[in-house]
Amino acid sequence: MKKKIGLIINPIAGLGGKSGFKGTDNIEIKNQALKMGYSSESISKTRYVFENILSLFNKFEIITCPGEMGEEAIKNLDINYKLFEQTFKKNTTSKDTKKAVKELLKENIDLLIFAGGDGTAKDIYEIVKDEILCIGIPTGVKIQSAVYAKSPKLASEIISRFILNKTYSTELREVMDIDEEEYRNERIKSKLYGYLKILFDKKYVQNIKAGSISSKEDQKLIAHEIINLLDQNIIYIVGGGSTTKQIFNELKLEKTLIGVDLIQNKKILLKDVNEKQILEKIKNNKAKIIVTIIGNQGYIFGRGNQQISAKVIRKIGKENIYIVATKKKILNLKGEPLLVDSGDPELDKELSGYVKVITGQGERLVCKVGVEE
Amino acid sequence: MNRPKLRKYQAHKWDEPLLMELSTSGERGIHVIKAEKEIKELIGDIKDLIPEKIVREKKPNLPELSQPQVLRHYLHLSQMVLGTDVTIDIGLGTCTMKYSPKIHEQIAASSKLTEIHPNQNEETIQGILEILYKFGEIIKEISGMDAVSFQPGSGAQSIFLNTSMMRAYHEKNKDPSRKEIITTMFSHPTNAACPATAGYDVLTLMPEENGLPSLEALKEMVSENTAGLLITNPEDTGIFNPKIKEFVDTVHNAGGLCIYDQANANGILGKFRARDIGFDMCHFNLHKTFSSPHGSMGPACGVVACTKEIAKFLPSPIITFDGDKYKLDYNRPDSVGKIKGFFGNIGVVLRAYSWVMSLGAKGLKEVAEISVLNNNYLEKLLKKIKGVSVPYKTDKKRLDQIRFSWEKMTDDTGVGSYDVERRMTDFGLQSYWTSHYPWIVPEPFTPEPCESYSLRDIEYFASVMEQISKEAYENPELVKTSPHNSPISRIDESVMLDASKTALTYKQYLRKKGKENEKT
Repeated sequence: MKKKIGLIINPIAGLGGKSGFKGTDNIEIKNQALKMGYSSESISKTRYVFENILSLFNKFEIITCPGEMGEEAIKNLDINYKLFEQTFKKNTTSKDTKKAVKELLKENIDLLIFAGGDGTAKDIYEIVKDEILCIGIPTGVKIQSAVYAKSPKLASEIISRFILNKTYSTELREVMDIDEEEYRNERIKSKLYGYLKILFDKKYVQNIKAGSISSKEDQKLIAHEIINLLDQNIIYIVGGGSTTKQIFNELKLEKTLIGVDLIQNKKILLKDVNEKQILEKIKNNKAKIIVTIIGNQGYIFGRGNQQISAKVIRKIGKENIYIVATKKKILNLKGEPLLVDSGDPELDKELSGYVKVITGQGERLVCKVGVEE
Repeated sequence: MNRPKLRKYQAHKWDEPLLMELSTSGERGIHVIKAEKEIKELIGDIKDLIPEKIVREKKPNLPELSQPQVLRHYLHLSQMVLGTDVTIDIGLGTCTMKYSPKIHEQIAASSKLTEIHPNQNEETIQGILEILYKFGEIIKEISGMDAVSFQPGSGAQSIFLNTSMMRAYHEKNKDPSRKEIITTMFSHPTNAACPATAGYDVLTLMPEENGLPSLEALKEMVSENTAGLLITNPEDTGIFNPKIKEFVDTVHNAGGLCIYDQANANGILGKFRARDIGFDMCHFNLHKTFSSPHGSMGPACGVVACTKEIAKFLPSPIITFDGDKYKLDYNRPDSVGKIKGFFGNIGVVLRAYSWVMSLGAKGLKEVAEISVLNNNYLEKLLKKIKGVSVPYKTDKKRLDQIRFSWEKMTDDTGVGSYDVERRMTDFGLQSYWTSHYPWIVPEPFTPEPCESYSLRDIEYFASVMEQISKEAYENPELVKTSPHNSPISRIDESVMLDASKTALTYKQYLRKKGKENEKT
């Protein structure tokens, strides 16, 4: 059966880079960049991806938008494509991306390919959540989200494996973008918006020869390790993410993916709590924290788990924090230190140094926690 | 560099059935002659010699074949693969592949060795005991340690033995609560796996920008829970850790023991001794550094060496010499017990002894020097190739091996390290070794040009890498669909994850194929 693939391009992502601006979220910057004569890298990079998989033309069909947000990148290539009727004006915005995604959702697509940066990923996430398999072609300036293939070339490799039904895998990966609220207060800070279901190259299948296992298996081992460490009556404050979610899965509990839950004696104590609720619950009870690392970024605190505030961390103490992560996630940081942004610079300093990250049963990686400059 | 002409390799291709499928009922390799009357009277019925509880109820389903059939079968298989003596093994880094002189095979094949039995009275095997004892003395000199055992049958078993002795030491000192082992990411992974098997929690230090584990990290991690440090040096990156003494001291000060994995000691042989900087235990893979055919081509032997404080925990027996006779000492109440039958793979010990005796002390140092020289020449050649990089900045030269990366080429072309590994066989080079898991260096490969490779061999290896890089940038499909001259090109690796499609035994194979009733 032919694969139905949706395609959405943010034609202005990446413009900011070469023109010296940081991102094109601001319409003025975008126009200036265009005026300076910079053309869309998104379109050329997407075209390059499809040029690489032309030989598979009879095995897939593309559904996309007319014009710059899709068609432009694939027209005149030997590819079957279908356009939906919605047309977009020249200066596309975040609203247009969302509108286009909604159109694509009506088409029962097998995979959604999108080209852009963090803003694009966020727009897509807001509509599809983790319901559709996606893969990003990186064309944005400074990408923090973990939802993009490493290079356009590697995006085409992964997509071709998918089209050929060869081994591929899926993983929930972080969508990060600038925190709009902080930005309005003239502070630049990233924020975890959610998780997209991402297609990725099952490199580990090849690594099987070297005895590796998948991230999913790693997450199960981590969950077992944590469950063995759970003590009676202690309240566990558990941050979001797919690794901590696996702990809940093993305990047959429901986890809030982007949010903090409290458990006690292997049962839910309170779901999706805020700082106040945490402080209230731990006032007279011993508690420990379980958090994971944000992919590609390395944050332990301050992204997606602000509920576990400086106050909470101080009350609980450094020695009562369990950090869990798959080895793959740590290696993807490429030696960059883990980060904390608790909102209290003094505490951040205290939390820096070296920590043991639980990566499996009886397995700990010693990682550096840095202080953000 | 002289660009050597690239060779073309073409493997044979046989549609070779499984040995079990070649079986014909009633065929025999040999007819075992009937025992003579006198022997029968003396020994009785052979069946009575087998203890009842281990006697099979049913005959085993073994293939029945004649000698020429068996010979043809295995020769066909050997024609379909590249073997150590038909190719240049430089690519198999961390394995310390080197030429193992054939004369040592003849010595090891001598009936003086093959026809003795470990249960013989020690009076009658004084010769081999003398060699084991004398080679033990040589290993003590090379390591600086006080006692040795040749019992482990592999490097991993050596590390497991060292871990077991470490545990015995802490138990003896009434300090058994030490439950944490510290190792490093670029140490051989058995340094994490063996203690994990022995029930320890394992803390692994990550490499920092210079490729080395951080002393500060170690200092923060040691505590009253620290049982010990297991470390390789130089690590897989070929970078020698200049702070190794501080590492050892830090762990000692916390009450832990230090175990040096010297499986591959090719770059430091005769240059650097474990004991001199305070290690308590170490091991060498005789089949690697000390030259024996290995890697499914021969049995292995790991020699363990330790200080006199640890010696009482060594497995039994140990070989002693009273100035007149060599003896086997089994009376050792603190021993951790046996790790393998009898005295270890003594054929490997004999080969290694022959190798060392033919080189002498000066020769061993020369082994290290040439290995390091070879490696630095290879680095110079590989660094020039498009898409190759050498991760981690160091101001010192690397020793005997380097973990290189094809990351740039992979990002540019989609051709990764596994593709190169396959393509190189088309030029008659055995597939190289990428990396231990996990791949901390992206798209890695780890060549190790030991002392027995010539300048020409090194240049040939580099030329093949250069050619494949050129192909990757010009015609990536050529590399991605390789090998082109082997009996099997690519298999769908996803079956490796699917237990229904793999079988470890013939019985399983029949069951999974639904042929169970055809042959049992």
